[in-house]
Amino acid sequence: MGAHAMRNAAAVVGVGHTSFGRLPGQTPYDLGAWALREALADAGLKHTDIDGLIVSRVPDYQRFGEMLGINPRYTAITPGQGRMSGASIQMAAMAIAAGMANVVALVYGNDGRSVGEKYGGENDRYGGGDGGLWFPYGMTSPGAAHAIMFQRHAELYGTTSEQMAAVSVAFRKHASMTPHAVMRNPITVEDHQNSRFIVEPLHLLDYCLINDGGVALIVTSAERARDMAKKPVYIRGFGQGTELAGSNLPPDDFWHAPMASAAKDCFRMADVTHADMDALMVYDNFTPTVLFSLEGAGFCPIGESGRWVQGGRLELGGEFPTNTSGGHLSESYMQGWALNVEAVRQLRGETGQRQVKDAKLVFYCCAAPLCTSIIYGSDAQ
Amino acid sequence: MSETYNKPLPRLSAANQPFLDAAREGRLVVQKCQSCGKARFPAASICSNCLSPDAEWIDTSGKGTVWSFCFFHRQYFKGFEAEIPYNVVLVQLDEGPRLYSNLLGVANEDIRAGMRVRAHFEAVTAEATLVKFMPLNEGEE
Repeated sequence: MGAHAMRNAAAVVGVGHTSFGRLPGQTPYDLGAWALREALADAGLKHTDIDGLIVSRVPDYQRFGEMLGINPRYTAITPGQGRMSGASIQMAAMAIAAGMANVVALVYGNDGRSVGEKYGGENDRYGGGDGGLWFPYGMTSPGAAHAIMFQRHAELYGTTSEQMAAVSVAFRKHASMTPHAVMRNPITVEDHQNSRFIVEPLHLLDYCLINDGGVALIVTSAERARDMAKKPVYIRGFGQGTELAGSNLPPDDFWHAPMASAAKDCFRMADVTHADMDALMVYDNFTPTVLFSLEGAGFCPIGESGRWVQGGRLELGGEFPTNTSGGHLSESYMQGWALNVEAVRQLRGETGQRQVKDAKLVFYCCAAPLCTSIIYGSDAQ
Repeated sequence: MSETYNKPLPRLSAANQPFLDAAREGRLVVQKCQSCGKARFPAASICSNCLSPDAEWIDTSGKGTVWSFCFFHRQYFKGFEAEIPYNVVLVQLDEGPRLYSNLLGVANEDIRAGMRVRAHFEAVTAEATLVKFMPLNEGEE
């Protein structure tokens, strides 16, 4: 099967999520079920229509299926890592194309804020579990690994924290137009620079927001999608790349190679170009990840991202409006899931004040040891 | 060495025990594949270059280069209160493997990627010696 056979083979027909913030007493199962109810209502489907179930960060697919009282033909679970949101959506498209399922529910639930999830300290498992070797030196947390990567980028290419602030500022501006975003007060470059360091050179405003929440998407075949309550959003292209070798430590190339691979396959399947993209959804666990992603995916030359993001290029009205819901930095850290929902809403024209006019194509990507990219389109041509 | 040392101590897998034992003797060791010769650390059960399970521990020169670094302003572990903001450096040993550590003997603002450094062994308890780094002296390579 060539890439063309997968182009627009599957479509997102329902999206939903909980409110984001502190939601005590709600387990990941509860949050996932809440989001799924919203997504099913959005699609005009019943839970008994689901014949494929993929869960992530919901701890067990069996328990969740039992809660729903369903017996899907196809089911899978992915680790509760952000890189798995795109990978899971790709699995849904492939399962549909293979005929293993026709209505796939993707369900994500995260109670990280209420349970006091810590991404640094004694229980840190980032980087493959070698942490116990480095804790004596005070090294811990994905934030520190990204701080070290950003510092390296700064030394190689002259990238500055002030330049990177443009990313945080743009996403916060977008969040100010997003009713469900957690942080909605606009910020300036100066605010970014004045925010306290967590792990220098990263400031507080370079970090995502740990919150509780759930997100769900319903994916079906292009054929079935035509009969749904809302306009389908087609999965036009997708790709992956990995850099697992040596991934216990930061990569030498800021994940450029795997991101380039993911983007190349994605654009080839979609048969469109970078310039065709009306909006971008770029995984922003930390601000530098956005810079690395834009370079790897080919939106700007390697090493140029700091300069490239200036002048409002990523803001609504700019060349590539990015993370129009505010992203992980300002909407909520929903590990890529909510960014995919925002892509769908942009292409449906449902995003009100933050709507990208006539949006037809949206690019999603996530840079990590597993890189993913997806292009969503508003039509099936 | 102090009775009141309260920072985290190395939590090594059994496979990494030779690293700790050598550090106590003032040696920085890494694993070397006995099939293809590739050096690696942390310890692994197979070589990622040739998949051979056969490895030995070898002494390194203890010298390396700062790959990158950061400064912790947030306290994740007890015992670091007085040192915040403290540095963490990622050092590439001349033999290839990289490891996280702390760089001593230089002000944070003077740390740069590419700095040449050498291992400095710091016995923090009777059992544990940490492998920290110091800048190479003038004229050393």
